[in-house]
Amino acid sequence: MTEQTYAPGTYPDLPPPSETVGPVHWLKANLFSSPVNSIVTLVAIYLLYLALPSAFNWLLIDATYVGETRKDCAPGGACMAFIGERFNLFVYGFYPAELRWRVNLAAILLVVAGAAVLWDKMPARKHMMKFAMIYPLIGAWLLSGGLFGLEYVGTHLFGGLMLTLTIGVTGIVFSLPLGILLALGRQSKLPIIKYFCIGFIEFIRGVPLITLLFVASTMLSYFLPPGTTFDLLLRVLIMVTLFASAYMAEVIRGGLQALPKGQLEAANSLGLNYSQAMRLIILPQALKISIPGIVNTFIGLYKDSTLVIVIGLLDPLGIGRASVADSAWLGLSTEVYLFVAVFFFISCFGMARYSLYLENKLNTGHKR
Amino acid sequence: MSEAQSNSTTEKCIEIRNMNKWYGDFHVLKNINLEVCKGEKIVICGPSGSGKSTMIRCINRLEEHQQGDIIVDGTELTNDLKNIDAVRREVGMVFQHFNLFPHLTVLENCTLAPIWVRKTPKAEAEATAMEFLERVKIPEQANKYPGQLSGGQQQRVAIARSLCMRPNIMLFDEPTSALDPEMIKEVLDTMVSLAEEGITMLCVTHEMGFAKKVADRVIFMDQGEIIESNNPHDFFDNPQHDRTKLFLSQILGH
Repeated sequence: MTEQTYAPGTYPDLPPPSETVGPVHWLKANLFSSPVNSIVTLVAIYLLYLALPSAFNWLLIDATYVGETRKDCAPGGACMAFIGERFNLFVYGFYPAELRWRVNLAAILLVVAGAAVLWDKMPARKHMMKFAMIYPLIGAWLLSGGLFGLEYVGTHLFGGLMLTLTIGVTGIVFSLPLGILLALGRQSKLPIIKYFCIGFIEFIRGVPLITLLFVASTMLSYFLPPGTTFDLLLRVLIMVTLFASAYMAEVIRGGLQALPKGQLEAANSLGLNYSQAMRLIILPQALKISIPGIVNTFIGLYKDSTLVIVIGLLDPLGIGRASVADSAWLGLSTEVYLFVAVFFFISCFGMARYSLYLENKLNTGHKR
Repeated sequence: MSEAQSNSTTEKCIEIRNMNKWYGDFHVLKNINLEVCKGEKIVICGPSGSGKSTMIRCINRLEEHQQGDIIVDGTELTNDLKNIDAVRREVGMVFQHFNLFPHLTVLENCTLAPIWVRKTPKAEAEATAMEFLERVKIPEQANKYPGQLSGGQQQRVAIARSLCMRPNIMLFDEPTSALDPEMIKEVLDTMVSLAEEGITMLCVTHEMGFAKKVADRVIFMDQGEIIESNNPHDFFDNPQHDRTKLFLSQILGH
């Protein structure tokens, strides 16, 4: 770059040439690197110019956020007042209004338990983890009641956001351990365990979730002794969990197979037995590799919870469909579905971002 | 040297009798007979595919043998998981590709087995681990992850990790084959100092300098058989079999 010379061993660290760094270089390299790329960039900017201002006006400038009836809504703007009007329905479903504090409490405790599991800098994490372990029981008790003086609330009254969270959290919490067991079982040397796991995984993967939900809602009663009542939501939870665990098992099997054989050999040669080797050496690494796939399955499960509409349970999407048909608030399907979409997007995007954070945190620089 | 050997204790550490092993139809180990006395250093060499790694991997049952007996420290290796675990506790192994646990720090790699297998208290296990890390001259790396170390350093950690279990026998499976030339010496130095302390060692290696320096016996294997077994002096200067001569001429030829 210059005529300057340095004696051997004294060459300083020079900064990179100025034309290869900075925002102007970034624009050049990414948006205008070739004629085609420049045209695509300009077209994209034009399309954004067409779409964004009107969407912005509709959603913010001309929109009505406060109002009692359809007539309060200004024409040409989003009628978000309707969402506010129905907000409690979207969140609690048909849960009795005077008992909604139980849902709120369960949600707050869920945040606490979730933080203990997901955030490793949580104060007193050890104790909080114990709490997180029993949280599913506490949550189920708070929501459904019927024990220790809490009034029983039938699960047919569950709906909206709380129903999605109930299905999603239960599915996520139970499908992961079940999936791990199935993945390990599939690699077992014992033929009975191995073929049971293979059979289970292939059966569940081969059947649509909707079919399993119908089985849960109708056919299960044929198999159970007459007179037994078996809560519908509980059946759904079991089916959703089994469904997700089969996918989970295959994702984790991929992670197990990606590990070099030497890891298990090293663990064995040190005298670790099977369960120690799995728990301390193999699974921590295999699960780390599988994080993208695991979170992918979680997101799929979470969104699949909308399918419960086919057996008469109303999640936010179901509530939305019912609301759209309300004759007092006609023509608001855009607003309603937008709201539902935003709700699901926030949850799923949150999971995706957490998975990236976790991958970075667990990266100990051993990639080759 | 053979006299010194016969004068020393003849307590058997490893006995392999008429051992055969197949991979499917492929007869990979043929009628192996080997006795190793306590404190003996044995170097095993031979062309690739000759079964040397497979043989030492049978000693801690990373490979199963189908015929014959293997007795390690008085424990016979069968399908009994208890016996296998007992043998593995007393036999350390160092691999060609180190096989350190990448998700644990160097120190955790070293303390894991003592804590979980030997039930050593954590503080004591860590003190022992630091002692051995000092022996292999990398105590300052204790809190790094294996991925941050050079190959030679990783292999020395692997040696320390095995030693933390205080094994009676150490198996080395081509410990320097995956290393850059400038790192081989640091690992060999560690192994030499270990040999001088009197631990029983079986080492699969092509480092003939190491064999000359520390081995009590050099074993040559080819096509699944032990062809020749002799003290290093006679092995290198006066090989008995043509195949041994050919092998030696190939690896010492340049």
